[in-house]
Amino acid sequence: MSAPATLSAHRLTRRFGNRAVVQNVSLELRKGEVLGLLGHNGAGKSTTLQMLAGVLLPHEGSIEVCGFDLSGQPAQAKACIGFLPENPPLYREMRVDDYLLFVAKLHRLPRAQLATALEEAKQRCGLQDCGKKIIGTLSKGYQQRIGIAQAIIHRPAVIILDEPTVGLDPAQIREIRTLIRTLGDQASIILSTHLMNEVETVCDRVEILHQGRLIYGDSSMKMQQFDLQPGFTVTLLSPPPLAELEALPGILKAEALSATEFRLLHPADSPAAAELLARAAQNGWQAQQLTPIKNRLEDVYVKITQGETP
Amino acid sequence: MILTIAYKEFRNQFALPSNWFILAALQVLFAWFYLGRMDAFLQVQAQLAQLANAPGATQAVAVPLFGSLGLILMMLVPVLTMRTFAEERRSHTLALLLSAPVSDAQIVFGKFLGLMFFLALIVAVGTGMVLTLGLGTHLDFGLIASNALGLLLMAACYAALGLYLSALTAQPVVAAIGTLSLLFGSWLLEASAPDQEAGWRALAPTSHFQSLNNGLLHSGDLAYFLLFCAAFLLLTARRLQTNRLAD
Repeated sequence: MSAPATLSAHRLTRRFGNRAVVQNVSLELRKGEVLGLLGHNGAGKSTTLQMLAGVLLPHEGSIEVCGFDLSGQPAQAKACIGFLPENPPLYREMRVDDYLLFVAKLHRLPRAQLATALEEAKQRCGLQDCGKKIIGTLSKGYQQRIGIAQAIIHRPAVIILDEPTVGLDPAQIREIRTLIRTLGDQASIILSTHLMNEVETVCDRVEILHQGRLIYGDSSMKMQQFDLQPGFTVTLLSPPPLAELEALPGILKAEALSATEFRLLHPADSPAAAELLARAAQNGWQAQQLTPIKNRLEDVYVKITQGETP
Repeated sequence: MILTIAYKEFRNQFALPSNWFILAALQVLFAWFYLGRMDAFLQVQAQLAQLANAPGATQAVAVPLFGSLGLILMMLVPVLTMRTFAEERRSHTLALLLSAPVSDAQIVFGKFLGLMFFLALIVAVGTGMVLTLGLGTHLDFGLIASNALGLLLMAACYAALGLYLSALTAQPVVAAIGTLSLLFGSWLLEASAPDQEAGWRALAPTSHFQSLNNGLLHSGDLAYFLLFCAAFLLLTARRLQTNRLAD
């Protein structure tokens, strides 16, 4: 991780009235990185993203985008940002092409590049056939794609997406995820989501926001191993009594999931699995399937956020 | 950047069916007034001819016509300005402008300019209709020009006030009614103030239109129009800025 930081937020605090919605949030995003922002409803995800995009001003803290201070040099900083808010900001009465060109001009894209940028954005978001259509007549899924297209048309270095796959059908969700991955090679992306498998497939790194504070941040690989008890499940077609399994060397705990399925826990780095297979072959237990226990990200998320609830 | 926003604002005025309807209704109304004035003028023309310094066709027909167009604009402009910020806030499109690399002042001025293009079109069409008088008589072009300029400046004031009220709320209707009542109130203030209390009168944009309506280009009035517009545009920009801080 030696790529230069494209976006860094330092101790952001934002209040609505007396209630602090975001407190002391510091984030750093590097070039070519996809960061997932997780959290319950009302955890402050949207507020944080709006502050990063310059729509809301933080009450405390500072944000730097591509070397420009967002409050000191807003024009230069915002030119590097593409933002898709929770509700895509679409002018319903405009045609798709006109709208995208307006957004591109608004982001100071040079006139000579407008046509190619428009084609590229439409092609990436699968909008080739509806350039002449009025936005208000298109379906929710298409509107969401236009929302993503407007965020990437000026080829920003930092892309901020607030729940990008909401309202899309499964096939479109896959397309958009692939798109996010490809975009993530050149730009840095920060996205908020409720969907854990989205984090698994798309994000390099995860930050969990809970009641306005960041409570966990790590790579998504590491998050999967959070608080993990090593072990495996195994299917034995003619199993021995449970006590015999538990008595095997290196097994801490054995549990029967069904008549033929067992979950065995063992200390880290022990050869318990090989041991079990050898025994099974010796005694004719007919071992069939052995899968190491893997945390589901969802469970980890619940575990982390519940630990924090006062 | 300002022009990009202004052009989009102008184009979008034509995307609304209601605006086409308003334009058409305005044409009908204006033509009605025009014919009525013509009729009245033709009836008294014989007597006027005997006067030493009789008012010409421009003064007798065009001047009151411009005056009534000014009043119609008072009711029309709030309908045009109400959507500028209130609708954007309601349909969540304001975030696009706020996250774009443009300053608040540029957003406000761009929207104002877009509206002014549209209002200039309305004034131009009205002026065009008055110019058809030239088919039958000689026209006082100076008087017509000063009236057109006056209307445009007055409409600019209405638009600036409308923009500000639209920036205050998320309900277009509230913005429209607020603007209308303020404009109407100022007009009533002007109409009802006694002659010696010129101070109250000077508050209303309509009172500053009077001298331009009569063909008098007064620098005091021009300054009033410019200050009025500038003040409300600045207030609007300021409102957008405070909006980012406390929502």
